[in-house]
Amino acid sequence: MELYNLSIRKAHELLVKKQISSVELTSAVLANIHRLDPKIRAYLTVVEQRALEQARKADIRLHSRENITPLTGIPYAVKDCFSTRGIRTTCGSKILQDYIPQYSASVVEKLNNAGAVLLGKHNMDEFGMGSSCENSAFFNTHNPWNLERVPGGSSGGSAASVSAGLSLFAIGEDTGGSIRMPAGFCNIVGLKPTYGRVSRYGHIALVSSFDSVGPLTQDVYDCATVLQTIAGKDPKDGTSLPDPVPIYTTSLEKSINGLRLGIPREYFQAGMEAGVETVLQDAIRVFEKLGMQVQEVSLPHTRAALPVYYLILFAEASANLARFDGTRFGYSTNQKVESVIDLILQTRQEGFGEEVKRRIMLGAYTLSAGYYDAYYLKAQKVRSLIREDFRSAFEKCDVLLAPTCPTTAFKIGEKKQDPLTMYLSDIFVVATNLAGVPALSLPCGFSEGLPVGMQLIGNHLSEEILFQIGYAYQAETEWHNMHPLIT
Amino acid sequence: MVISPIDTATPSISTDTVRYIAYLIRLKILDEETKVFSQQFSQIIEYFQLLNEIDTREVPPANENCPMNNVFRDDQVLPSMSREEFLNNLPQHEGYYVKVPLIFDDR
Repeated sequence: MELYNLSIRKAHELLVKKQISSVELTSAVLANIHRLDPKIRAYLTVVEQRALEQARKADIRLHSRENITPLTGIPYAVKDCFSTRGIRTTCGSKILQDYIPQYSASVVEKLNNAGAVLLGKHNMDEFGMGSSCENSAFFNTHNPWNLERVPGGSSGGSAASVSAGLSLFAIGEDTGGSIRMPAGFCNIVGLKPTYGRVSRYGHIALVSSFDSVGPLTQDVYDCATVLQTIAGKDPKDGTSLPDPVPIYTTSLEKSINGLRLGIPREYFQAGMEAGVETVLQDAIRVFEKLGMQVQEVSLPHTRAALPVYYLILFAEASANLARFDGTRFGYSTNQKVESVIDLILQTRQEGFGEEVKRRIMLGAYTLSAGYYDAYYLKAQKVRSLIREDFRSAFEKCDVLLAPTCPTTAFKIGEKKQDPLTMYLSDIFVVATNLAGVPALSLPCGFSEGLPVGMQLIGNHLSEEILFQIGYAYQAETEWHNMHPLIT
Repeated sequence: MVISPIDTATPSISTDTVRYIAYLIRLKILDEETKVFSQQFSQIIEYFQLLNEIDTREVPPANENCPMNNVFRDDQVLPSMSREEFLNNLPQHEGYYVKVPLIFDDR
């Protein structure tokens, strides 16, 4: 097997046994980036010299046999919404095209302290607004399984990168499916952790009450390893949870016999491609074989999740993006302007893409006098009902199983001109963000040559159980071991 | 301008309303964008009307997403970013001052 396709677990084993060095591993991944990224375009920025320097330091650390972590010497990259000190951070937007942060996100600091090697920054939909990576202000990213198709979004660069061996793992961010959906489209594992499990400090905010930072990896073991490193209380993020972080990797082999798997009726009624449904039914049979008790459950307000999600997103995003004004940092118009107001109006016109404009305007609309009760407040009330749906479902079962997306990866350009149709591709992923619960997306088969993802949804802070079930599934199946053939 | 009275039964967002909300959000908008946004916004808001089918008279809004409130920490004095470093990211500055166009018009 090529070095760039190694799992974290296997690479770590080879690194500590000194069969490979981090410099060799990092160089192999960089060479693969040179070879394939001109086709896939997963990276907005590659920091080659810096990565090799970090790899050399990791090799010294590995050689000394002191303070070695499971991520020491492992090359990875982050979605470009995470601030990286001294490295350009665009968030996929023209308004931040030349922005170089003076500090790093907590998640980047933690990985740096663990000795992981940062390769660069991944492409994404502008400010995380999109489901296909087509809303990047810079270029489209292509799905490694079929270059004419989207990788999903908004963490599309990250999913394509891990899938094609352009990084051993990635850190993404999931506001309403942005980790899970591209993970599903690209045949990798993606976790949206419990809200607050991972610090958001240094992440460029989209929806502060939904945003969840999480890993994209090749398999469940790697996902548990990365979450272990990045989870926990951060004094810089008041919403990060104080609960102790379990040692996820030690309980992976625990039997899942007797655990209750809920199948939400409404998700299967909502409509999905036939190929996706067939694959999901096969997966249910695997869980039955593993001894899980499968039962139907109901999440009655499923249909309302999408409008609730978007209404809250519009409102919070319009507030979060108010900071981009062309005076303190980021892009500022070159046009001659008469006043500060003109400077802001013109900078934002030039700096924001179409989808961002659409969403922040709808946010201003739904929050404006007379409309607040009808839209934003109404959405927050229905959100309470959706949370209640999950609370009551988790009284009857331990985890829920659902498709990650109703379709496989669609063609580049197919939904670009129709925002509502694009929004509908998020139908299965947004409810978990409304409830703040964790969900793990796993490869579960193929439909017409394209990967299908499924998600296991758990109660608050149930990541350990999600990993156990996912690990047992991957021990039974081979889907996660399949790599795209890129020509 | 004030947005027209709420009519959630037949929502439609006029080009005038689009221009007004663009100004609220401090976004200069081009004429050709106004028409497209007006159609798209009307379509999106209409889809959202399905929330009206849900009775929420007795339901409290979900205002928070984490089980905590009033998170405190000790006030620690730590070094902050230097002025020079901070100024690096300003589009325009003069000495230690942020430079912006005219704010108060005294003409």
